[in-house]
Amino acid sequence: MSDIQSPLPGTFYFTPSPGEPSFKSAGDSVSEGDVIGLIEVMKTFIEVKATEAGTFESYEIGNEQPVQAGQVIAKLK
Amino acid sequence: MTIQRLLIANRGEIAVRIIRAAQSLGIKTIQVYSEADANMLAVSMADEAVCIGPAPAAQSYLNSDAIIAAAIAANADAIHPGYGFLAENANFVRAISAAGLTFVGPDADLIDMMGNKIAARQTAMKADVPVVPGSDGAVTDLDEAASIAEKIGYPVMIKAAAGGGGRGIRIAEDEDSLRRLVPQAQAEAQAAFGDGSYYLEYMVVNARHIEVQIMGDGKDAVHFFERECSLQRRRQKIWEEAPSSSLDHNTRMALCDSAVKLAKTVGYVGAGTVEYLYEEKTGRFFFIEMNTRIQVEHPVTEQITGHDLVAEMIRIAGGLQLSVAQEDISINGHSIEVRINAENPAMQFLPSPGTIEQLALDHSDDVRFDHFLYEGYTIPPFYDSLVGKLIVHADHRDAAIANLYEALAGTTIKGIETTIPLLMALTKAADVKSGQIHTNWLEHWLEKQS
Repeated sequence: MSDIQSPLPGTFYFTPSPGEPSFKSAGDSVSEGDVIGLIEVMKTFIEVKATEAGTFESYEIGNEQPVQAGQVIAKLK
Repeated sequence: MTIQRLLIANRGEIAVRIIRAAQSLGIKTIQVYSEADANMLAVSMADEAVCIGPAPAAQSYLNSDAIIAAAIAANADAIHPGYGFLAENANFVRAISAAGLTFVGPDADLIDMMGNKIAARQTAMKADVPVVPGSDGAVTDLDEAASIAEKIGYPVMIKAAAGGGGRGIRIAEDEDSLRRLVPQAQAEAQAAFGDGSYYLEYMVVNARHIEVQIMGDGKDAVHFFERECSLQRRRQKIWEEAPSSSLDHNTRMALCDSAVKLAKTVGYVGAGTVEYLYEEKTGRFFFIEMNTRIQVEHPVTEQITGHDLVAEMIRIAGGLQLSVAQEDISINGHSIEVRINAENPAMQFLPSPGTIEQLALDHSDDVRFDHFLYEGYTIPPFYDSLVGKLIVHADHRDAAIANLYEALAGTTIKGIETTIPLLMALTKAADVKSGQIHTNWLEHWLEKQS
């Protein structure tokens, strides 16, 4: 079980663009380097990638919600 | 003047700038802010402040209804849009008029027209302003294309009529390459958009970006000379200067006169900027677009002409005539502005919001720093990365560049990463010093550094 943290403050997105399915859903297998979400910071979109492999459990922050640096955005099993 | 209470529908450094101009005119200021901006400098400087919504710009600074409701509740008589956000949104201007308020800028129909590339180009042509030569609309026949290209001159860009955003653009250096590339472009456009038609446009190689500041009151219009903004990264200007080092007197006057002619043709009201591409090797300039608002880089124009452009545009919105005649506007020395952004130039310009732990400005008296920083202030991550504009002025360009280095060295901003190291390196770059710059220069230079 591991937490994925936001590297920067900003606005969190768990879909690649509005209306699309989320990057990951509960039970999906996650490889190291997989994109988990996007952080919009100062009009720039930064990809948040998994730093280890696992099974996706949940997003801890809603789509398009503000996020702080270091805040947990998703959990892996 | 009809304006007594001005609402500022923007944030950051330009909100501070507008408040200063309004105060100099004795006008009361009302600053709107999002929930993330309650601590920003403009909020504490304004006479009144109103929260208009949550952090995301779509729910605050882009929320026309919330802004107009705040203006009505605060008994404002006018709204200044700054730049960005709703500054060039015609529907915002219509809603302001419908509410019986004054918009500091031109009318909605003019904003619509200048916002439409084809309409803007046609208006420029009507005013005899040179535009980038190209085919009049779509071309389908190869021989016709070759004949048009011969007239406009090579290199030409082949652009899909149905495309956009630079997608599928091909560049033909001569007729042979045109005849080879057009069928490819057609086939690709047909596959991608279901429409194989294309148009041709002259490509200005190593273009310089030069723009003319104009101001109109509906009856008359004047120019405040030009700015050169050729140092850009991803089409974002980072270093702007006035005057341009590449124009001789006759070209400068032709350029500035063409901008005034355009302004007079449309009966322009307020501050505007006519943007051109300049081809140095032939001395030709071509209209690209007109921005119907105050620009980020307006301070360099203020430094060389001594006129307060923001105050002037407020006065004009308040029903007054231009306060200055063309013969009273002249160029004094050279001014450079650099944009200090909260970005890390050593890490692909990664944004760097955060708290200002130390702000120390060791600047000589002639240095201007337009910013919204103070120690303890936390720059929110939700908006633009621009945190300040450092503006220097000197008798000559060489001296201005030397002053700029000193001013940058005397600017300490701790707690966030900024583009100051990059800007300092630029002041030492040989091409920048000699003025041999164009709109692709900076990206090439950055590639060489990495």
